[in-house]
Amino acid sequence: MHLMYFTEQPMSAWNPEHAALDEITVAGRKQRVTALLHSNRYFDSQDGSRLYNERLEEYQLVDELGFDGIMLNEHHTAPFCMSPRVNLFASILAATTKNVKIVLLGNPLPIWDNPVHLAEELSIIDMVSKGRLVSGFVRGGGVENIQANVNPVFNRERFEEAHDLVIKAWTQPGPFRWEGKHYQFRVVNPWATPLQQPHPRIWIPGVASKETVIWAAKHRYPYLGLNTNFDVSQKIKDIYVESARSVGYEPGPENFGQLLQCHVAETEEKAERNAQQFMWMAGEFTGLAHPVWGNPSGYGSPSNRKAFIEIAAGRRPLVKPPPMHQRRMERTFIWGTPDHVIEQLKTVLDNNRVGILALWGNDGKIDHKDSVSCINLMGKEVMPAIKDYAKQLGLLDPFEANAPISLDVPAIAAV
Amino acid sequence: MTTAATSIKQANWTEVTVEVCGGPVAVAQAGSGPAVFVLPRDNGHAPGNEFLDRLAAEFSISYPWYPGFDHGEPAAWEWLTNPRDLAVVMRQLAPALGLDAVSVVGLGFGGWIAAEMATTWGPGLERLVLVSPMGVKPENGYIYDQFIVSTEHYARAMFHDEAKFEAIYGAEPDFDQLAGWETDREMASRIGWKPYMYNVALPRLLSGVTAPALIVAGADDQVVPAECAEIYRASLPNATLETVPACGHAVDLEFPDVLAAKVAAFLKR
Repeated sequence: MHLMYFTEQPMSAWNPEHAALDEITVAGRKQRVTALLHSNRYFDSQDGSRLYNERLEEYQLVDELGFDGIMLNEHHTAPFCMSPRVNLFASILAATTKNVKIVLLGNPLPIWDNPVHLAEELSIIDMVSKGRLVSGFVRGGGVENIQANVNPVFNRERFEEAHDLVIKAWTQPGPFRWEGKHYQFRVVNPWATPLQQPHPRIWIPGVASKETVIWAAKHRYPYLGLNTNFDVSQKIKDIYVESARSVGYEPGPENFGQLLQCHVAETEEKAERNAQQFMWMAGEFTGLAHPVWGNPSGYGSPSNRKAFIEIAAGRRPLVKPPPMHQRRMERTFIWGTPDHVIEQLKTVLDNNRVGILALWGNDGKIDHKDSVSCINLMGKEVMPAIKDYAKQLGLLDPFEANAPISLDVPAIAAV
Repeated sequence: MTTAATSIKQANWTEVTVEVCGGPVAVAQAGSGPAVFVLPRDNGHAPGNEFLDRLAAEFSISYPWYPGFDHGEPAAWEWLTNPRDLAVVMRQLAPALGLDAVSVVGLGFGGWIAAEMATTWGPGLERLVLVSPMGVKPENGYIYDQFIVSTEHYARAMFHDEAKFEAIYGAEPDFDQLAGWETDREMASRIGWKPYMYNVALPRLLSGVTAPALIVAGADDQVVPAECAEIYRASLPNATLETVPACGHAVDLEFPDVLAAKVAAFLKR
């Protein structure tokens, strides 16, 4: 079991009342907005400085407690995530942590205009961290594409081509030329290559886009469901297994991962109080955007077009996360004392049988002190119990299983 | 592929499909007289278009559906990624329709495509009419960004008088219209995402266009800044500019009679 800690790095000093000050009109109705057009005049760099440094202290603690990984992500132009470039914190952690894997979930490939530079940056992170990089890739949300001014119509094509270019830059000696559909380079010859040979592991997170699950399975990359419930996780698994068999291998727990919101506190009351913060983020924060931003033209599957057209026109409501107690019942959101959390996570492992578990420990306005307390309880009490249970269930992670890093690469060389 | 010519109000419109650049392009046709090629906006054909009906009383109108737009299949035209490609497709469509001597009327985005066509079109291009044309970079303002609002919001922004929008599309455009707009938007994204709806070279290229040109702009155009029409007037050697008061971007839909009269008078001059 690979167990890692995650936080979306919220701008917890942000005042939600400011959202009322930037309104947009959707389907003739005024709506508050907390992304893309929500002015950065409400970003306070004094608070930003404090929060970035508190976060680094928390990540340091995660490393010291012996977590297997720190999961990092990125988002743009919104207060729910202060990390606009996943490689920045990865670079810092490469130098400041000792043992923990640095798991990027991930770099949004389509918004990179120069994937060769991405290959270089990731190689340096891998070398500085002494081979602790896990390099996940994502398509990036609609807002990510719009803010980067990358045409969303070509999102999937750019994702796949950038991936192919990064892999080639990592695995084949330069110089070589690249004349692709979306990327062209006269000379690809990066003087930085990964320490892990032939390249770091690649994990793919998502919320069950069928095309991406199939793509991941056909490359033999582990797929991590992001807050997916048991039903959706099973659907992912079914699609993945079918695709894996079509290319000739049988996937195991090492091919599957799960991210869950999971807050641990000394008492049930405190845990529930802090858990409210996750809902403030999910229900209010990320929900306040124009439907078109999340799903810009050509970004989604044509098969989803009908539903999207109705949502964009305001004739069908955006799907919002269920209330927190419903999510607790579904075990996509777990909070409580260590004993309670352990029992709930065991049920998740019984059902989903994943080899990779990411725990989204802190969010919203949960302060540094409570974040540290959560990380301590998670690392000292929850993690040992859960790793032991996973061992009983035979839930090996990709490292323990020494799984091939891709369909093309049977094993990773020892670092 | 299309909403069919029956979407145009009056009788006598027919639809033909011709092969251009390896794909089918459908064209609505009506009227008789000198040939006029009308290019639509980037949100496709409107349901009914009095302007076209009026023009068809005196001219032979060819009004294409851009490939991939209007319930089309954007993925089938995946190579079509910039406005000049579209201009070439439209330029090749003219002879495919047997139009050797033709005037071109471009509406909004279609004005840009018409201008691009004109830059490479010698004899045979009789006259050029650009109505609220996109395609040149405004010095001060910006061309309205359709990609961060809904398709309906964008269509409404084209009107000075929202009641006129609702008279044409209904207070709540139906699902079929929204679905058509969605394909329009995807094609517009393929073709015009960046730079957004202009070609910095166009003013220079327009200096070689000798055909007489009429530019018509709505005085209250929220989509294309007024300065763009002036840039066109100054860049084209033989152009006049007329403005329609109390009118938005979609001049043909807000003041069909006024525009038809101006265009007919110019084409007959």
